Amino acid sequence: MSSAPNHSDPSSDHEPLLDVRGLRVSYQSSRGPVEAVGGVDLRVGRGEFVGVVGESGCGKSTLLFAVAQLLSPPAAITDGSVEFKGQNLVRLTEKQLNALRWRDYSVVMQSAMNALNPVTTIAAQFKDAILAHDRRSAEQIRARSVEVLQLVGIDPVHLGSYPHQLSGGMRQRAMIAMALLFTPDLVIMDEPTSALDVVAQRSLMVQIKELQQLLGFAVVFVTHDMSLVSHFSDRLLVMYAGQVVEAGPTRQVFDAPAHPYSRGLLDAFPSIHGPRVPLTGIPGSPPDLAEPPPGCRFAPRCPVVEEACHRVAPALYPVGGVLSRCLLDAPDRRTPATPVEATS
Amino acid sequence: MRKHRSNGFWPALRGNRKAMTGAVILLVFTLVAAFPGLFTSVRDPNALLSPPSLQPSGAHWLGTTSLGQDIYAQLVYGTRQSLIIAVVAGAFATVLSVLIGVSAAYLGGVFDDLLSMLTNVMLVIPAFPLIIILSKYAGKGSLTVMLAVLVATGWSYGANQLRAQALSLRNRDFLESARVRGERRGYIIVFEVLPTMTSLIVANFLGAALYSVLSAAGLQFLGLGDPNSSSWGTMLYWSQNQQALLTGSPLWSLAPGLCVALLGAAFALINYAFDEIGNPALRPVRTNARTRVKTVKKRGQRVQRAESQ
Amino acid sequence: MTEGLTHQEASRPAAPLPIPPLLETVELTRHFKVGAGLSRRMLHAVDGVNLVINRQEIVALVGESGSGKSTVARLLAQVHRPTSGEIRYQGRSLAALRGRRAQLAYRSDVPMVFQDPFSSLNPAYPVAHGILRGLKLHRPELGRAERQAEAERVVEAVGLSPATEILARYPHELSGGQRQRIGFAQALAYRPKLILADEPVSMLDVSIRIGLLNVMAELREREGVSFLYITHDIASARYVSDRLLVMYGGHVVESGPTEDVLAGPKHPYTQLLLSAVPDPRAPLEVDAAAAKSEPPVVIDPGPGCRFRERCPFAVERCFAETPLLRELGPAHTAACHVAVADEVPTAAV
Repeated sequence: MSSAPNHSDPSSDHEPLLDVRGLRVSYQSSRGPVEAVGGVDLRVGRGEFVGVVGESGCGKSTLLFAVAQLLSPPAAITDGSVEFKGQNLVRLTEKQLNALRWRDYSVVMQSAMNALNPVTTIAAQFKDAILAHDRRSAEQIRARSVEVLQLVGIDPVHLGSYPHQLSGGMRQRAMIAMALLFTPDLVIMDEPTSALDVVAQRSLMVQIKELQQLLGFAVVFVTHDMSLVSHFSDRLLVMYAGQVVEAGPTRQVFDAPAHPYSRGLLDAFPSIHGPRVPLTGIPGSPPDLAEPPPGCRFAPRCPVVEEACHRVAPALYPVGGVLSRCLLDAPDRRTPATPVEATS
Repeated sequence: MRKHRSNGFWPALRGNRKAMTGAVILLVFTLVAAFPGLFTSVRDPNALLSPPSLQPSGAHWLGTTSLGQDIYAQLVYGTRQSLIIAVVAGAFATVLSVLIGVSAAYLGGVFDDLLSMLTNVMLVIPAFPLIIILSKYAGKGSLTVMLAVLVATGWSYGANQLRAQALSLRNRDFLESARVRGERRGYIIVFEVLPTMTSLIVANFLGAALYSVLSAAGLQFLGLGDPNSSSWGTMLYWSQNQQALLTGSPLWSLAPGLCVALLGAAFALINYAFDEIGNPALRPVRTNARTRVKTVKKRGQRVQRAESQ
Repeated sequence: MTEGLTHQEASRPAAPLPIPPLLETVELTRHFKVGAGLSRRMLHAVDGVNLVINRQEIVALVGESGSGKSTVARLLAQVHRPTSGEIRYQGRSLAALRGRRAQLAYRSDVPMVFQDPFSSLNPAYPVAHGILRGLKLHRPELGRAERQAEAERVVEAVGLSPATEILARYPHELSGGQRQRIGFAQALAYRPKLILADEPVSMLDVSIRIGLLNVMAELREREGVSFLYITHDIASARYVSDRLLVMYGGHVVESGPTEDVLAGPKHPYTQLLLSAVPDPRAPLEVDAAAAKSEPPVVIDPGPGCRFRERCPFAVERCFAETPLLRELGPAHTAACHVAVADEVPTAAV
């Protein structure tokens, strides 16, 4: 069942570039169907940088793959829509998708060493990518390849290099260059910095932000490293057990996280400034999505859990400028608990 | 967390129809080999007891040979030798493969170079001509010789595979952990490395057994075995010698041929279960039809088989 | 292990004997051959490292990949032999260890915990296997029942329960965090003096890391164990360590009490590292030039500071002469020609 137009993701007023509503993804496992993404809404405006944050198993990568229409069996989209520039990607055929891929949106994968072909040169891979989506002459291909490499700060002489001849940071930047070949409107990135060291990570993020401001594309950035994305994103979505548990402007989510999981996550980052305080992290582990708990999925680990939380599945409630999936933030909180049926 | 040994041997075997079929066939053959007396009343299959070249009948289920032996009885008694060859040659070949392959990977350096060279040479030499030559010159007819020849030509393929896998395991942290713990090298190879390779080793054994069955039958067919022993291969030899296909006793050739093929197939089928144990990615997702997921259909696409509960 | 007295020391009046540090390295160096066959090029993974670890202390060794920090751990774990230099444990050189028993005794005192929870336990056995084997090797005086009891004790000590049930599980039945705790339990079973922890939390989710870091701090308090905590994450190093060493290109470039080093980093590389750590509460600062380059692959280097290509303060001397660690504050050393001692504010940006 598709959700009512109750956008759980506040965004800018004008027509969003990407509008994901009620997206559900399930996959078959030997223990029955597992819902990896359970009804996610995501809106991205033009030129916006949206961070999707969560730990392993929260469904963020699955969400990303679903949005990019890259899921393969046994995983499949079971509900919801992905509106991109007015078209619902879920209902398009492969041919129609191909017309959009790389030109209107592109994807940067997690590990460049896995995504780049080790036996061909960078130039050959760029050429492949270009020719797969458009007719260009050899001249134009070369010119464009040089241009994108310069954009990311790689000396064009490396066009003739093989991936293993480049350092980790350079490979990752080459991936980003490849994603920008057609200057798409949306670039989806799946943890592009996780294989890099902290200094290279910082430098890559700065680069991405600069490029974004220069070329005006929107970014959906999936990561487990909340603090990394904090300086660069306009809005942040926090995912847990397949659901969005908090969404809002980045500064707001950081300065005043509403959901206990976001709070716990932020608290789990030891700081290098300020006094040294003992931290506790979040005890326990995420629920088994083959048998998710009734009620709130974070209840078993929540430090402020109440009795109703085990029974009632919370929806996303607006609180202080963000949306939070927590019963304690429900608008009728002050009245005695009447179980509210979740609508999304 | 629920405790389910989903990578156990028995569940994999039970869940896999191909492997179960193979296992059942093997079980039947094993019983026949162990207790031939249960399957036929004839005590000495080579004795010339009956009238020659009879057609199948109630008294002789597959007829008789041109010399007057009951074909079915020969088949039953021949099972034992064929099975012994398969298992013994297969086992010894596997042991050699493991020793050479894993040692080469783990010792590295000069040892690896030497052992690999040996393996590669043996691989490159065409096996069957080699077998024929070795059998001819090593002493025709002896079972021991045949086993030795089969082992000598059957170990190299497995050694290469096992070496490759052992190499990929070499830098796994649990091995380094064992080293740092202070374990001796021999202990590490036998108790830390090999247990993680069991599925590949068993698969090797099944492959070697298959290879031995077929090669032994081939050798015996060519007359390089002991023509007086009872085995399927010898039956093939004699039936060909006596022109069974042309003289109206086709079963004399077909029956042992079929048995060889069946036994070989049994080993190959069981191998499927081990592929799955070794590589969980190959396991088919076994779902309950009731809970199959209903997916969103694409424009212009046929509706997916949606059986939702 | 009692300290032997030399004749001279014995004849002096009874001054308190200086207790040698638990573990100390002297000009520890390790080179690896690179290139095929007859190549004579050497990768200088670790060069002239002098470090000291005392009892009941957590020392963090911080650096990027390629800095040599993991090699240092492996040298201390005797996975590699030093190319030159010495490792002294409780005053005695490791090279002098003779015989299997002495070797085992050292390994028992100084075990290692690995980074990858997905490959650090043998998948073919239940998780008790590593612990029980370790006990058998290093504490042979225990009988079977005692070994089992001890295994349960250490599993509880790292916060896993019920111990008996956990010990019977296979690695794939435990989560990443639980597996790492088993790794610590394995080390703890030896009653070690020093645990070498090579990036033990890098592959775990953020919310689980703290739990394990707390286990380390607790083990230091309750069981008196020291740790060498190797990591690239300076924030977690700060959280858990008493002293901090920063490595770059095979050298130790800064060393001192954690709070001092973080409050006043002397070496430009340490300053760069600190500025690169994302802290949502701090404003964004970026040094574009230094940030763009990569850590070096140190093959056949000549003299000179290995950070010179990326250093915003490099002067001519930095290209000619390799800086040595010099004391710039109380117990706070840095290997830099331009860094200044504590009285004067540093030239840091």
